[in-house]
Amino acid sequence: MKEIFLIFIGAVLVNNFVLSYFLGICPFLGVSNRLESSLGMGMAVTFVMSLAAAITWLFYYLILVRFHIEFLEYVVFILVIASLVQIVEMFIKKYSPPLYQALGIYLPLITTNCAILGLALFMVLRQYNFVQSVIFGFATGLGFMLVLVAMAGIREEMDFSDIPAAFKGAPIVLITAGILALAFMGFSGLISG
Amino acid sequence: MSKKTIFLAGLWREHPNLRQLLGMCPTLAITTSVLNGFAMGTAVLFVLVFSSFMVALIKRLIPHQVRIAVYTIIIATFVTIADITLKAFSPQISRALGPYVPLIVVNCIILGRAEAFASRNSVGNSVLDALGMSLGFMWGLMAIGAVREILGRGTIFGFRLGIIHFRPWIIMLLPAGAFFVLGFVIAFMNFLDRQKRLKT
Repeated sequence: MKEIFLIFIGAVLVNNFVLSYFLGICPFLGVSNRLESSLGMGMAVTFVMSLAAAITWLFYYLILVRFHIEFLEYVVFILVIASLVQIVEMFIKKYSPPLYQALGIYLPLITTNCAILGLALFMVLRQYNFVQSVIFGFATGLGFMLVLVAMAGIREEMDFSDIPAAFKGAPIVLITAGILALAFMGFSGLISG
Repeated sequence: MSKKTIFLAGLWREHPNLRQLLGMCPTLAITTSVLNGFAMGTAVLFVLVFSSFMVALIKRLIPHQVRIAVYTIIIATFVTIADITLKAFSPQISRALGPYVPLIVVNCIILGRAEAFASRNSVGNSVLDALGMSLGFMWGLMAIGAVREILGRGTIFGFRLGIIHFRPWIIMLLPAGAFFVLGFVIAFMNFLDRQKRLKT
């Protein structure tokens, strides 16, 4: 139980995917300009990540490891993730139109989100078991949402400030992200070792 | 388009990571030294050139609806080759780059060039475009790596610079430093562009 709690806190705050592993930077820069859309994107990512962690775990340990074809890891992972996102999109569209309206446009963007493949790779690297992997996936998604929403809040305020011309757009967002990363370093004392 | 413009596009005008903001994750993650930047750049060069070559070669055989999936499999195959080769011949660099080598699979530069260029141009031009783009990517990584290595460690290519009274800025090696340096480098590129526009 304690271990699961540590994985959760570690993935949400201490080793946040965006701010310490730089995974999912593309949507982080692209979708973080409005609070509402960042919330939608964050929820879609959390949902897909929890699911992807479970499915890739099953594929890796029940198929790749059993038949000793671990070298196919990357090809299999990317295919599983891409088809998973497609299936989730079709499923939600059919059974829950309101949810589709909220998450729909963000789902195709997620396939190319490096955070999902990163999640699967880290899961294998750290040798998590099934339950740990699902918790890890869910927590990583939550951490992504937290940073995305925080960034969107800051950017909405920044619209009204006077920024030097050369820093408009990406540079100021990156520097803000740097300050956010500094702030998140404060969490590193939460878990030792 | 002449061969020269195709090749040069990636090196400056359409620079992949500093202008198009593609492939941000390796740009920020592994640029703690110039050498790491060079190693990552080489891996991307290998994958990009071969996958562009492959996509341009078989572009007429790929059905339109499943093209992205096919490109992704081609890219993942070359990434697997690069990863295994790196592990075998230089385990030290492989450890330094860690999971960022397999993450080349989802590097938007490679899929982007396959979709935007290799799928509608000849094999020769596609390879040329891939070379230009990956060399541009490489110098971008090495430039950021140089700034972070000099300020963060006081070394360049591993050699001590020996500047007197210099204390390394540890922050430059931490994630926050990566964001700051990239932000300032892109701002500098914007500044140069503006100067040029104002002159003409």
